[in-house]
Amino acid sequence: MIEVTGLTVRFAGVTPIDDMSVVFPGGTCGLLGPNGAGKTTFFNVMSGFVKPASGSITAFGENLLKMADFRRARWGLRRTFQTEMAIEQLSIFDNVAMIHEHSGAKRSSRRADVLAAIEFVGLTAPPKAKVGGLGARERRLVEIARAVVGRPRLVLLDEPAAGLPDEETGHLAEVIKKIPGQVGAMVILVEHDMSLVSACCETAAVVDFGKLIASGPTAEVLRDEHVVRAYLGTEDVL
Amino acid sequence: MSLTIDRATALRSAIIVALLAFVLVAIPHFVGADWITTFTSVAIYTVVAGGFGVLYGRVGMISLGQVALLSIGCWVGTRLAYATSIPFPLLLLVVGGITCVIGVIVGLPALRLSGLYLALITLMFAGATTVVLSTTDFPNGGHGFLGRTTNVDLSGLAPVRRPSWAVADTAYYRYTVIVAALMLLLVLLHVAGKPGRAWASIRESEPAALAAGVNITLYKMWAFALASFMTGVAGCLLAAQIGVPRAITFQTQDSLTLAATALIGGIFSIWGAIVAGVFNQLLPFVFQVQWGVNPNFLLIIFGAGLLQVLLTAPGGLVEQFPKDMANLGRLVLHGIRKLTGPRGGAS
Repeated sequence: MIEVTGLTVRFAGVTPIDDMSVVFPGGTCGLLGPNGAGKTTFFNVMSGFVKPASGSITAFGENLLKMADFRRARWGLRRTFQTEMAIEQLSIFDNVAMIHEHSGAKRSSRRADVLAAIEFVGLTAPPKAKVGGLGARERRLVEIARAVVGRPRLVLLDEPAAGLPDEETGHLAEVIKKIPGQVGAMVILVEHDMSLVSACCETAAVVDFGKLIASGPTAEVLRDEHVVRAYLGTEDVL
Repeated sequence: MSLTIDRATALRSAIIVALLAFVLVAIPHFVGADWITTFTSVAIYTVVAGGFGVLYGRVGMISLGQVALLSIGCWVGTRLAYATSIPFPLLLLVVGGITCVIGVIVGLPALRLSGLYLALITLMFAGATTVVLSTTDFPNGGHGFLGRTTNVDLSGLAPVRRPSWAVADTAYYRYTVIVAALMLLLVLLHVAGKPGRAWASIRESEPAALAAGVNITLYKMWAFALASFMTGVAGCLLAAQIGVPRAITFQTQDSLTLAATALIGGIFSIWGAIVAGVFNQLLPFVFQVQWGVNPNFLLIIFGAGLLQVLLTAPGGLVEQFPKDMANLGRLVLHGIRKLTGPRGGAS
């Protein structure tokens, strides 16, 4: 469980996260909101890239904000980025092995763990293939494989379906859905594709202008009038 | 555990062994003394270019002070060779270690700076080194920290010693090639291992590397340490090759030329470092000594080459040349087919 209490982030005159309090109970949780709502900033706070002005984040009973940024991966935090960040020069295997090496997981199990992660996401390309030669879907899957290797506790996925055609997000949804059960990690998914969110997330939280406006079971949250207003606006349609 | 070697690795290993055999055995048989001296320099500057490749090609940190580090390695090597009688391989390691420490200190700004700013800082370091060297000059066996005396007739100076079994130029050439190969092997081992993957991650994106748990400070310093160690070893080899090193040998602009040739050769590959060594040392020799052409013309060629690399071939000659040759082959084949006309009848 992740408990966020009174989280505030300020950049000069802007407050992308404004006294946000939210609980992510476990499993796969959606974090939704229009562009500029503060979702990626929240992930950046979780990763340690941004220091909040105030507030706390307790992850499975531990104070996440006290941890040095590069130690959070060893603790079990993984994330993907909006823009795909798989390393082009390296092979699929090395891309995933690189995360395993810094996760604190045992060296003796590296090969097996890496191959298991590649298989988990359903990548059919040979592990020795360079990532630079892969297509967008496969690169996304490499990123997910990087996020699930080495016994993660919390996986943050930032718009994993961005740039993918609809027919390819189906497989992605299947992979994301089985992360809590098979990998044993909680997932927070930021996504604009509501079909993916509905397919994967049992619960969802919606933020707008840095504030939580709704949270609860995904189906209910998506029907919430505040959420509809945040996405569609308040003006009458002629 | 079974050890499997794929065909590509086996082929690459065979090419490396064949090339080493050619360089160590065949070249000394066919060329004269001045060529051997030049090829020794090529091997030394290949190591320096390899260090530049580690920094820029692997981690994305541009350092324009590599020849300054080479001169520091040369200075320390010269000083220690005169002041001590430690065996030459140990001397190489000690000089590499000292240069490594200096290189890491120079690289400290790299933790905060990147791109142009880091390039400027390292270029200033190269300039400062040139000034200090021209003031103090190289040791010549005198007393004190500088190890320099002005009361010596130039002809009476004892040269920096070489390994006892590699005193002659040809033997020392082979010795240098073997040390250079070991340095490049050291780079390959790093690149294929945990540091290489961490460097690739930093080069791709520092935030992503941080999120992956990479200690960016440690791995950047590691890259500076490796590049400086190699360059220090190269400096010590150079001291023994020259015999009586002079400050005039090392100019600030040499660091820029080295960066340019390394980029032209290709910074992502060990082969690129070898091409850089050839461009840096063999071409000036061929221009000046063999053809009697002012080697400064090379700067124009390097400038044009650098421009071409920046615009169209980021992987340098080692990546571009095979592609160009393949294209040329296709063109020729296409031409031949056109000339011979379509074969076979319609079915």
